[in-house]
Amino acid sequence: MRVLIPTQLRSYTRLAEVQAEGGTLDDLLYDLDRQFPGIRFRMINEQDAIREHIRIFVNMDTAESLDYSLHPGDTVRIIGALSGG
Amino acid sequence: MDSNQTAPITLLVATRKGAFFLNGDNGHAPWSVTAGPFFLGAAVNHMVLDPRDGRTLLMAARPGHIGPTIYRSSDAGQTWTEASAPPAFPKREGGESVRHTFWLTPGHASQPGVWYAGTSPPALFRSSDGGDTWEGVAGFNDNPMRREWAGIGEEFEIPGGNTLHSINIDPRDPRHMYFGISTGGVFETTDGGETWQPLNRGIVSYFLPNPEAEFGHDPHCLRIHPAQPDLIFTQTHTGIFRMERQNACWEHVGMAMPAEVGDIGFPIVLHPRDPNTAWVFPMDGTEIWPRTSPGGTPAVYVTHDRGASWQRQDAGFPREHAYYTVKRQAMTSDGADPLGLYLGTTGGQVWASRDEGQSWVKLYEGLPEILAVEAVRLRQ
Repeated sequence: MRVLIPTQLRSYTRLAEVQAEGGTLDDLLYDLDRQFPGIRFRMINEQDAIREHIRIFVNMDTAESLDYSLHPGDTVRIIGALSGG
Repeated sequence: MDSNQTAPITLLVATRKGAFFLNGDNGHAPWSVTAGPFFLGAAVNHMVLDPRDGRTLLMAARPGHIGPTIYRSSDAGQTWTEASAPPAFPKREGGESVRHTFWLTPGHASQPGVWYAGTSPPALFRSSDGGDTWEGVAGFNDNPMRREWAGIGEEFEIPGGNTLHSINIDPRDPRHMYFGISTGGVFETTDGGETWQPLNRGIVSYFLPNPEAEFGHDPHCLRIHPAQPDLIFTQTHTGIFRMERQNACWEHVGMAMPAEVGDIGFPIVLHPRDPNTAWVFPMDGTEIWPRTSPGGTPAVYVTHDRGASWQRQDAGFPREHAYYTVKRQAMTSDGADPLGLYLGTTGGQVWASRDEGQSWVKLYEGLPEILAVEAVRLRQ
């Protein structure tokens, strides 16, 4: 499925949009990390929480945890959330 | 200091918005940025050369949005790669997360590839492969006293977060180490990190319910003398202290500083060949703690008698309305004879003295807020 990559993480992907697969957001992020080693830890901390200034949307919904279910055709949008004025 | 004494001095300048190399003509102006910015926009808390090979550099970086990491260069800064396993706590119920790595220290000369890192929240990590992968030092991180020692989970949070810093390794014995925690105090191990003890007797911290408590103090910077490792200085939130280790008690040597200046500050630099000599950069710690140069007149203070007396060194600095802050990693020396001194300000200026502090010259300005400065000789 489509994964939209924020500018803050494009040093890993070199692309604004990549393909990754998984039945859950967790699966998808591990697939991303397999393709782009190190990218997951920059979004997800060691306790498997989405980092403070990262937001992840699946289609129009906010994914607040890694067990969010994904389906073929979903679009996952990763955002570097506003962290200042 | 490092192993390549013929190379020119390079300043490794870490800032709140990236890292830079500065080079000049053996201390003469003008100096220029010769490499970088590296990772522009990321807060770089520390950038440190491995003195054991003169080429490996580690950098602790935290961009604003994404998680903290460590970058490593094995070619003197020409290329950088990310650590494959940066410092991180074990996953467990209610477990912690590293906000950032704050301090980097190369391991003992007899342990090539070993590095230590101090983080916020306060924890100690170790790498044995040159900084590529990191593991927590269980003797401290899993110590049942750690949360109490480091004030973890308390409502009070110091600006920038509570950090573990100033990791010092005894050059005579890799198993003997010290570090500081703000706020927590000074801690020591003699068994390679398996067990730790507070080492704070003599430090008086007015902000504690018991000002002479066993821990809870706020060392800003701790340095052991490289030639006489039982001589230790610390610049704390409440003054300058010195310990002769055999006495196991800190002496408040900052009491000898002029009262109108006080002895609050962040950095302390020791003369590598003269154990009697040290420098500090005082800041205003009165009333609401401006953390700027007292009276708007920047100055370094030097002692030549282990803190019994201090002399002002301000030649070259502005005479009025200059409000500098120098962070704990942002003042250093180069090992030359006479010793070169360097400092970076929160206003993005780099200053140097080539005569052991007697006179100062501004080498560069316009950088972001400077968090750390190291003076090294890179092996190209």
